[in-house]
Amino acid sequence: MRPLLALASVIAIIFAWAYGDARLGGRVRTFYDKRERWMFPVVFLSFFGVFAVLTSFLDVAKLELGFLVGYNALLAMGLNVVVGYAGLLDLGYVAFFAVGAYTMAILSNAGPLQVPWDLNFWEILPIGIVIAMITGVILGGPTLRLRGDYLAIVTLGFGEIVRIVAQNLDSVTNGARGVTGIENISVFGKSLGLDPKPYYLLTLGFIAIAALLVRSMNNSRVGRAWAAIREDEVAAEAMGVPTLKYKLWAFAIGAAVAAVGGMVFAAKVTFIDPASFQLIISIFILSAVVLGGLGSTAGVMVGAVLINVLPEMLRGLSKLGAVGDKLLDARFGIFGLVLVVMMIFRPEGIVPSRRRAAEMRGGAEEAKGPLGGGLPAEPAPAGGDDGAA
Amino acid sequence: MGIASECITSDLPLRLVGGLTTGSIYALIALGYTLVYGVLRLINFAHSEVFTAGTFGALIALNLITGPDGGNAFHLVAAVVPAIAAGALVAVALERGAYRPLRRRGASRLSFLISAIGASLFMQSVYLVWRGRGYEQLPETIRIRPILEIGRVQISNVDVIVFAAMIAMVVGLDFLVQRTRIGKGIRAVAQDAETASMMGVNIDRVVTWTFIIGGSLAGVAALLWGLRFPTRFDVGFLPGIKAFTAAVLGGIGNIRGALLGGLSLGLIENIGAGCFGDAWKDVIAFTVLVLVLMFRPTGILGEEVAEGKA
Repeated sequence: MRPLLALASVIAIIFAWAYGDARLGGRVRTFYDKRERWMFPVVFLSFFGVFAVLTSFLDVAKLELGFLVGYNALLAMGLNVVVGYAGLLDLGYVAFFAVGAYTMAILSNAGPLQVPWDLNFWEILPIGIVIAMITGVILGGPTLRLRGDYLAIVTLGFGEIVRIVAQNLDSVTNGARGVTGIENISVFGKSLGLDPKPYYLLTLGFIAIAALLVRSMNNSRVGRAWAAIREDEVAAEAMGVPTLKYKLWAFAIGAAVAAVGGMVFAAKVTFIDPASFQLIISIFILSAVVLGGLGSTAGVMVGAVLINVLPEMLRGLSKLGAVGDKLLDARFGIFGLVLVVMMIFRPEGIVPSRRRAAEMRGGAEEAKGPLGGGLPAEPAPAGGDDGAA
Repeated sequence: MGIASECITSDLPLRLVGGLTTGSIYALIALGYTLVYGVLRLINFAHSEVFTAGTFGALIALNLITGPDGGNAFHLVAAVVPAIAAGALVAVALERGAYRPLRRRGASRLSFLISAIGASLFMQSVYLVWRGRGYEQLPETIRIRPILEIGRVQISNVDVIVFAAMIAMVVGLDFLVQRTRIGKGIRAVAQDAETASMMGVNIDRVVTWTFIIGGSLAGVAALLWGLRFPTRFDVGFLPGIKAFTAAVLGGIGNIRGALLGGLSLGLIENIGAGCFGDAWKDVIAFTVLVLVLMFRPTGILGEEVAEGKA
């Protein structure tokens, strides 16, 4: 019963949060926005401080989970740049994660292909980032001109291509058997080994760096261009925003962050195979972004925690026997349902970005979807009636 | 991998037949994407799950009506109804559950896509909990045997049935869209939803019918698929995404385009597999998708939604 109780309490907290946010959220945010200059470093440092200090209290299993949450949060932050900021739906995000992981595997000479250099994690890191960014630009260049729904399916196809290529290219990736014996990360010549703690801290560090970079980009000219593009691309183009360039930047940055996640992942688990890079990972990360709040860094991290910790809690359900196993099978479906319900009732996510919330609520006329808005049959936004065919 | 020389000579005629058969199934599923796109300007990402529902509808029905030593052609014809019913039911449920509430709220495009993905994930998980992870083969209704031999090429009875059924469905669809009242409604909404609505077309009704028609076509495709391949909870993913590719290849929103795209994709994929090996089949299909979108995003015949072809 413990997992069910824990789950119930998490759901209760979410509901309490939603209620509190509706009552007080606006005032809290105004308070924060006015004092952002000094509040941001305080919030930022205390947030990462808490998570860093947490390591001393966690056992190995919890730290492993922490690492899982960590690299997922990193991926979610990268995807947030693409989906949340630039408004481009990427369903093949796992491909860049795979590119990073395989770059680490191949360049550290763990795969069947031997490279003439002897590189360690820190030397491969920038190479992997550059390779992923180039991959992102190669994919994005021709496809980012397309309308959003096409982009979604092309990226989905691309994700599958990368996985199938990894599976079939035996001479480079060792095919379906995967690559084993990838070198662990070393710091000052000392290998970090199998202990999850340093990897957890390292991931935390990467998240902090990514958060700062993404924040400063979003507050710059680039961020304003992204906002213009996702709200009304035609108008942005007319105002002289080079939309393709900024979309490519979003894609490349997203790819770079995913590749960092992939490289840390590969160096930590030392084994990767094509099955680690299935479509469901892309959808998982997307769920984290959507659940937490598109365009909101804090929200995305909350989303990543929820999406990894909740299934972990449900794992205890297998003790309940056959019914528990069925529930375990159903957990992806629960995420699916959550996505649908979120899109209907709270499209802006749990910890929304304020600007994005206004857009998702139908503020921007152009972004409206199929038969939205213009139809005379449409009731007031508050109405939730259904089924009157 | 000797590329160009090998694949043209080896078993090209055989691959042509295989390509047309697979392509027919892609075309039927692609019609579902195209119809919904024509009316709602929405890519129904969860259409794969409609197809899967069709396979299960056929499976359950055939398990019920056939004896332990398989069925006959009559059973196959009888299974068309449950396959269609299952497809249509899930399609309408998707519309009601995942799309209509968003339409009412005037949600953003991104919301529709995410909702569709969520619905897809949910449906897969329903199938998984219901049927488990194992593959299930439909009871045999007709034994696959060659009935036509042209030169070295053998054409099996299943090939003929699949192709003929596809043609019959497309002719039926054409009649439905061009000659019936609901078809007129579909064309009107595809052309200009707002005006159609002002002229008294009940949009929700037209949308529901569009999903029913698309779901039915996917149901028939599912039954035809089941003549050869087994089913399980995620069986719809690949045919679904390939059918989408086919719809885009032909020109999404265009009925003839879906037909042409389906058959071409089937052929390209099968002939390509002859060149690079079967393991690369899916990569070929996805690469075609990327290339089409790069060089001719409106497809071979173009997007023709506005010209009244639904």
